[in-house]
Amino acid sequence: MAHRFVVSLAALLMLVAAPAARAESPKVIRVGALYPLSGNIASTGLDCRRGAELAVDIINGKYDLDLPLAKEEGLPNLGGAKLELVFADTKGEPKNGLAEVERLITQEHVVAIIGAYQSSVTKTASQATERLKVPFVCSDASSPTLTQRGFKYFFRASPNDASFAKDQIQFLRDMEKVKKKKVETIAILNENTEFGSNVAKEVAKAAQEGGYKVVAEISYTANATDVTSEVGRLIQAKPEVLIHASYITDAILFTKTFKEMGFKPTAILSFAGYIEPAYLPAVKSDGNDIVVRSTFALDLGKKKPLIAKVNELFKKKYGTDMSENAARSFTAPFVLADAINRAKTTESDAVLKALEETNIPGNQVIYPWEGIKFDPKTHQNNLAKGILVQIQKEQYITVWPFDSAAADVTWPLRPWGQK
Amino acid sequence: MSQQLIQQLVNGLLIGCVYSLIAIGLTLIWGVMNIVNFAHGDFLMLGMFTSFWCYTAFHIDPIFSIPVCGILLFTLGVLIYRFAVSKVMRGPMLAQLVVTFGVSIFLANTAVLLWTPDFRLIDKPLLAGTWNFGTVQISVPKVVASVGSVVVSGALLLFLNRTRTGKAILATEMNRDSALLMGINTDRVNALSFGIGSALVGIAGGFLAMYYYIYPQVGGLFGTISFAIVALGGFGSISGAFIAGILVGLVQTLGGYFFDPAYKYAIVFLLYLLVVWFRPQGLRGW
Repeated sequence: MAHRFVVSLAALLMLVAAPAARAESPKVIRVGALYPLSGNIASTGLDCRRGAELAVDIINGKYDLDLPLAKEEGLPNLGGAKLELVFADTKGEPKNGLAEVERLITQEHVVAIIGAYQSSVTKTASQATERLKVPFVCSDASSPTLTQRGFKYFFRASPNDASFAKDQIQFLRDMEKVKKKKVETIAILNENTEFGSNVAKEVAKAAQEGGYKVVAEISYTANATDVTSEVGRLIQAKPEVLIHASYITDAILFTKTFKEMGFKPTAILSFAGYIEPAYLPAVKSDGNDIVVRSTFALDLGKKKPLIAKVNELFKKKYGTDMSENAARSFTAPFVLADAINRAKTTESDAVLKALEETNIPGNQVIYPWEGIKFDPKTHQNNLAKGILVQIQKEQYITVWPFDSAAADVTWPLRPWGQK
Repeated sequence: MSQQLIQQLVNGLLIGCVYSLIAIGLTLIWGVMNIVNFAHGDFLMLGMFTSFWCYTAFHIDPIFSIPVCGILLFTLGVLIYRFAVSKVMRGPMLAQLVVTFGVSIFLANTAVLLWTPDFRLIDKPLLAGTWNFGTVQISVPKVVASVGSVVVSGALLLFLNRTRTGKAILATEMNRDSALLMGINTDRVNALSFGIGSALVGIAGGFLAMYYYIYPQVGGLFGTISFAIVALGGFGSISGAFIAGILVGLVQTLGGYFFDPAYKYAIVFLLYLLVVWFRPQGLRGW
């Protein structure tokens, strides 16, 4: 009898002890990931999601890549703990950014947030993380105001639109200096949310400093059924260069309307929408010759083999090449995992401190950056740099800075229908 | 300046005709059944995808697949009426309101699931290109779409005014109870109107697919605008929806050109507010 009692007691103890023992072995670190997974720009959100997922695969698994934490399984300082992304759908709306962050933190118990692609959504989402004191690492939204607010818990690894705007004007100056192609007039066309309006502001400022004349400033709602009046205004203004800040739907619609109404400046320089993976399949050769700001291009892989290796993994997993969106969202999980690993805990203030001390060298990022190091005040990574790519034969090819260019710039824009 | 004025007038007219056709489908359903079809924009999306898949899978040019869009959407409309809408017709007001809303969410998400959120275009339609008149450019597919829309709207008016079935629909729209007393099978009329309304928006989708990009959420904005057009024209009024559609097209392009493109939809909705202020029943409502 006593024997039986001991056996059942032991069994009972084992039952009670088992879950505890499981909790001791590698923990899971939950991170909230906000993306527009449905709604108007769902195709973009899906792409961002893939980038972030691949990053987590690399962090959690063992890969021979020169990326932070790639060579070990999980986070070694936390007993090999694994990262787990909890995705939330913002539907591309700022109000959801805020609500989803609150839900992720209070109900899903995530320790940090990444995302949210759109600047307007990132803005509200980061207000929530600031209030709830949870770190937010952003590597995709680009509005300069996000890091001008001096938020304590918000960090941005990618370049912002102020530096992209300067790049575009610098490109025009370089074209004049190096290639002897001079232009004088610029028209600015922008969608009118947080992202587009701020790009317009920064471009106008940079253009003025560069001595260019802005002949038209047109803002519009991205979610439009028809943009003929906008293009009519552009034709009337006759700019030599059009600088366009758009999302995906409007990029497609404008390209078609430019062609239909015969608007043909010397060059079209653009932001965001034109580099979405959905853009070229929709407009095909009509996209040729358009220049887009970027942080990433596959042809950079020739000089930086890491890019080619990561793209191989991406292709194996999803069957397509890595796009700029995916590449951007790829970065945030590494920055975060690196900081948590150094903090040796997921406790918010320790992670915050570790993030502030982030110092990832240039050879461990998939961009032509000098590395990742956050400005102590703004938390913007000032070592991040943009490049310009041009659509040539329906491919994004690096054309600027001239020393990392993979091909010469096609200039001026060829007539519609002859590209 | 005058060149651009003509250009904008033409563009406004072209998009306006398509708006009209979309709105007529909506107003017909409203007029007969007093039901707001929130899934109207999604029906448009389905029409566009029908055209796209006919082109991609069977190499049928969008101009020839227009009847397919109409027939398919008619069938879908009747089925949705039979299995969803008719069930709540006698239910509380709120149920009637949310049933089409549910259908809308279901359709949009099914489309994402089946066809991914990617953007598609029919890359080489038979009718493509632009006509040049001096500096005024007129897109051929847009002309085809708007002429087609006007023809279909005209055909609908003929059908309603000249045939027994059409007259039964109009009678039901005017007074359901009297129509019932006169021996009209109003349930059949409901199904038929829902089908025709859906077919019209499906046809509009087929026309739009000739030049517009296609993706699961494409119906959203067209849907919103068609609500404004229906209200502007007068709920249930077909001629009202036709006039209001063209008016909205013109106001949108001219307003965008002369004021500020950022406010073009604001100007459209301002026009709507002004009309309801002075004529709450809409332009042609009663």
